Amino acid sequence: MTTAIHVRGLTKRYGEVHAVGGLDLDIRTGEVFAILGPNGAGKSTTVEILEGYRKRDAGEVSVLGVDPGQATSAWRARVGIVLQTANDAAELTVRETVRHFARYYPNSKDPDEVIATVGLSEKAGARIRQLSGGQRRRVDVALGIVGRPELVFLDEPTTGFDPEARRQFWDLIRSLAAEGTTIVLTTHYLDEAEALADRVAVIAKGRIVAEGTPHTLGGRATASARVTWADGYAETDTPTALVRTLAEKYDGEIPGLQIVRPSLEDIYLDLIGDAE
Amino acid sequence: MTATLNIGFARASLETKLFFRQRDAVIFTFSFPIILLVLFGSIFEGDLEGTGITVAQLYSAGLIGAGVMGVAFQNLAIGIAIDRDDGTLKRLAGTPMPRAAYFVGKLVSSLVLAVIEVALLLAVAVLLFDLELPTDPGRWATLVWVLTLGLAGAALLGIAVSSLPRNAKSAAAVVSMPYVLLQFISGVYIPFTELPSWLNDVAAIFPLKWMCQGLRSVFLGDAGAALELTGSYELPKVALVLGLWLVGGLVLCLATFRWTNRGEG
Repeated sequence: MTTAIHVRGLTKRYGEVHAVGGLDLDIRTGEVFAILGPNGAGKSTTVEILEGYRKRDAGEVSVLGVDPGQATSAWRARVGIVLQTANDAAELTVRETVRHFARYYPNSKDPDEVIATVGLSEKAGARIRQLSGGQRRRVDVALGIVGRPELVFLDEPTTGFDPEARRQFWDLIRSLAAEGTTIVLTTHYLDEAEALADRVAVIAKGRIVAEGTPHTLGGRATASARVTWADGYAETDTPTALVRTLAEKYDGEIPGLQIVRPSLEDIYLDLIGDAE
Repeated sequence: MTATLNIGFARASLETKLFFRQRDAVIFTFSFPIILLVLFGSIFEGDLEGTGITVAQLYSAGLIGAGVMGVAFQNLAIGIAIDRDDGTLKRLAGTPMPRAAYFVGKLVSSLVLAVIEVALLLAVAVLLFDLELPTDPGRWATLVWVLTLGLAGAALLGIAVSSLPRNAKSAAAVVSMPYVLLQFISGVYIPFTELPSWLNDVAAIFPLKWMCQGLRSVFLGDAGAALELTGSYELPKVALVLGLWLVGGLVLCLATFRWTNRGEG
């Protein structure tokens, strides 16, 4: 298992404020890694340092074996960045834009194929201004992957999407991951992290407060379950045993039975709350 | 180097395409100096101090200079401020595009717009105000080098100034003020003979005055030299000052250019 991103003791200050304070992170080649965290937690700063947009104050950072603080164009050709707020080139068509960006890369994919991958073939001749928000983000993804990157950064890619568009977008990300591309995703949506990510890290106050798979994060898999039935409820570490007892008591179906483990959102809010 | 130029030219064609697709910008950029020329040419008729030079000719030379500066300086500065605001620059900075290619694209597309602007202004001046095009090849050569140096200097200055506005919304206001001021003190609208000498000194720092002076040498000819403050078009000095602006503008660009908005980088 090789490492795509290796970070030790990353620190960034803005004046007196420690935006990132000694952050450690390892992201493996080929995995989908989600970074969660409230606004102002240092999430964007961290990602922008990894992308080579910002300089760090201290720490050791290696992205695809290169220090992004010394980014070369050869390194940039291996990294795809899908920005959150881009609103440019509104009067160009989708095809013109993707074709143009393909020129920047030494080993680019076929622009028309990329447009098909992101599901915009029917809109290839349309001006970007005329696209919906979801289609616009697909163009951003197309521009991020046209250079055949080994690593793609996706910054809150589905903000403002309707549910159907989000599902379609997730399929797109899954197909990218299936090709072996390493994906670093920042998002506010916990269901998105749960649906896409192999591993998740939660950043709060400039540090990683928890890291793991979406199912084990913050002790989620071993957390006590809440069992609710028609006549009562209980918090228990052994819900199966409780259900067996209840089944005997009711002699068959237990009325109103519900067993709930904490959701990723519960865990997340706990983690963020503890960090405050 | 070749790759940078190739991508630079591809960007130039993209930028030019983008410009022409914004119809309101096209109409205003090109028509503004033309409308001013028609207006001034119609209001102020007659010759200047028995030199046989009409006021319309004088304005033709001045407005060609101002028009080129509008395309190179104003358009470019506002355009780059918008690129910085809407994510164009950030996106480009994240690709392996050679950074110089962006500037090659801007400069070449400005050149294309400037050539169109000059052609339109010349056509109007010739058709409506009897401007005589120079017959002497030397004058045409002067026209080419004055416009090239002036355009490049103004464009670099525009690139440098693009870092001043905090965002795209304030860009038009921030950039237009120095441009309009320069036109007033550089002899485009008001004859420099009517300006106090300190204002003429201020104007002499900036490229527009020298570009207009070079253009007058092309269109007013030897008879017009008497109208200049020094009685001469001072072409070597025109070349010197415009050349210095080229170098200074380049240094200023390299020192001030930001790929992100203030507070983001």
